[in-house]
Amino acid sequence: MVDVIGSVAAALALVWLVFELTNISLAGFGFLFCWAVAGYTIYGLLVWRRDGILIMKDRLATVSIWTGAIIALAALAAVIFYVVVKGFPVVIAHFPRFLVYDTSGGKSGNEFGVGQAIVGTVEQVLIATVISVPIAFLTATYLVQSRSVLARLVRNVVDAMTGTPSIIAGLFMFIIWVRPHGVNGKSGFIAALTLSIMMLPVTCRAALEVIRIVPGGLREAAHALGAPERRVVLRVVLPTARVGLITAALLGIARTAGETAEVLFTAGGNAHYNWDPFHGWQDDLPLRIFEQVFQPSREAISIGWGAAFVLMALVLILFTLARVLGSSRSGVRRRLWFRRRTRPVSENVVTSST
Amino acid sequence: MVTLAPPPAALGDAETVDDTPIALSHGRDAGDQAFRALLAASGAIVLVMLLSILAFLFTQSWWALKTFKWHFFTGTVWSTPIHPGVLGILVGSVLIALIAITLATPIALAIALMINEYAPIRVRAWLTGLVDLLAIVPSIVFGFWGLEALNRYVHGPVSWVADHLGFIPIFRTTQPGTYTDSVFVCGLIVGIMIVPVVASVSREVMSQTPRDACEAAYGLGGTRWGTITDVILPFSRSGIVGGVLLGISRALGETMAVLLVLSPNNVAGKAILGPGNGDVARQIAEYFPVSDIHSQSELTLAGLTLFATTLLFSLGGRLIARRSVAQI
Repeated sequence: MVDVIGSVAAALALVWLVFELTNISLAGFGFLFCWAVAGYTIYGLLVWRRDGILIMKDRLATVSIWTGAIIALAALAAVIFYVVVKGFPVVIAHFPRFLVYDTSGGKSGNEFGVGQAIVGTVEQVLIATVISVPIAFLTATYLVQSRSVLARLVRNVVDAMTGTPSIIAGLFMFIIWVRPHGVNGKSGFIAALTLSIMMLPVTCRAALEVIRIVPGGLREAAHALGAPERRVVLRVVLPTARVGLITAALLGIARTAGETAEVLFTAGGNAHYNWDPFHGWQDDLPLRIFEQVFQPSREAISIGWGAAFVLMALVLILFTLARVLGSSRSGVRRRLWFRRRTRPVSENVVTSST
Repeated sequence: MVTLAPPPAALGDAETVDDTPIALSHGRDAGDQAFRALLAASGAIVLVMLLSILAFLFTQSWWALKTFKWHFFTGTVWSTPIHPGVLGILVGSVLIALIAITLATPIALAIALMINEYAPIRVRAWLTGLVDLLAIVPSIVFGFWGLEALNRYVHGPVSWVADHLGFIPIFRTTQPGTYTDSVFVCGLIVGIMIVPVVASVSREVMSQTPRDACEAAYGLGGTRWGTITDVILPFSRSGIVGGVLLGISRALGETMAVLLVLSPNNVAGKAILGPGNGDVARQIAEYFPVSDIHSQSELTLAGLTLFATTLLFSLGGRLIARRSVAQI
């Protein structure tokens, strides 16, 4: 560790000196880049002279991996942080008005919020969940239980569909429903159907992973006790995987809430509240963000940032819920824990002294 | 010594105990058949969904296919509705995906290695959770961030590269000053987006390396980096390649970030530092609702081409990845 600090300091001094002597500006990317290269080289030379080339490669690799990983994670976290910094002030100003007003300006023409988008997202994601999660769980069960040709084919299809560009789903729904129906074609329900097209394979794959790790011993024990297959699945396998399935569903919901390309052609967008997902155009958070980005005024763009913050907060809440539910003694471990605690000491054991 | 007493005779004596064996009806009774039919039906729903998507897209693009035949796939300029050539924008999509994966793979591997080998054990679950969280950040948020924040920081290094390394054809740009809308910045943002995906797949695969092989390497006097290069990476190579191909297919399908950042001119070219090429997903997203029926047919065919390319990459990835990890 001391080596690293020393090399960094030495590199700083060296590069600073060179830059001063050659009159290049100290600010900017060039300085950092040269500093990094110099630091690497000095550290590498130091370790090489002292410990040999094998240790040098190891130490350089350690430094690279730590730096690369921390910079990357910091950059990714910076995205979230930037959204918070830009969006939180918008949401918190005169809280909870931002969440209640709609984007049409209200009666005075000055009251802006994204309430209609929140309502739209909640309704559309709810409908998509109700449609796709049961089918996803059933399909995952089918893929685990059956080894037929159909099951293998469905497995490949599910995997293929997880990589579908989301715009294709929007295109499909636009062609078969929105275009024939003209202005009446777009609605929250159609957007929800499009979302469920993308949600189904993702949730199915996650559920598959969870159901697969249920111990075979439990399954076989149930079979050995004479249970028919449906009871083995419904009473033993699925309840054991219950927590993992809930986590998979929540993660799928979190991902679906942020999908934009599907709803771009199908939801319609609306500056007023529309509580009915079946009639009329409905707005949702990703679509609202998209609309606001291209507006010319600063206020409109800041509404977009506020909507982005609300969306991120929603995704974060769902994700935290999924992690909390998933980490506290998952279904398999909880069952084994109970079993170990409640096994009775046999009264038939008789001790005698030899 | 411990002995077992004989079992209690509480179930009645031998004459009244029923000894006839139970007939095990495994999978033959009506309830089980109905259950299995239900499961198969739900699997069939997924199959029908994909087939109907493919069928509808194909029928919609039939006009374009019939009218332009080969020229659609070899033309490089997308001038709809008379001379659409998908190669230009397809190359643009592929170029963005390639830039993204080139930038993302070393970073993702570094993150995966850090979590598995270098980080303290107690921090590992937390870091894994962080990476998973970053994987579900909505793509429009990334696009918005790229539009507003990234461009400021990227301008410096990119203009330096264009000025000093411009003799390399790929870095040449015809329109200096437009770096912020370029293919490269777009690829950078998409790359940042796919880092969590590739990282979590790689981490998963690398954690399944048999520990005794690693410990044998340490026991022979190997350093940590030596163990990584000689044991872990060769073992997880197929899985990592699978993850990389998965990342490519996600990058190919990325719409929103590209839509917000890229300013295209729809001509196939090699310069990545200027506006150029285009991107199939972006083209569809921007122009589909406002096109006439013929242009829509052409765009649908372009979308189908993109879908086929994505399928190629993801199926290839899975084929390679399955060679190392046993699955159902």
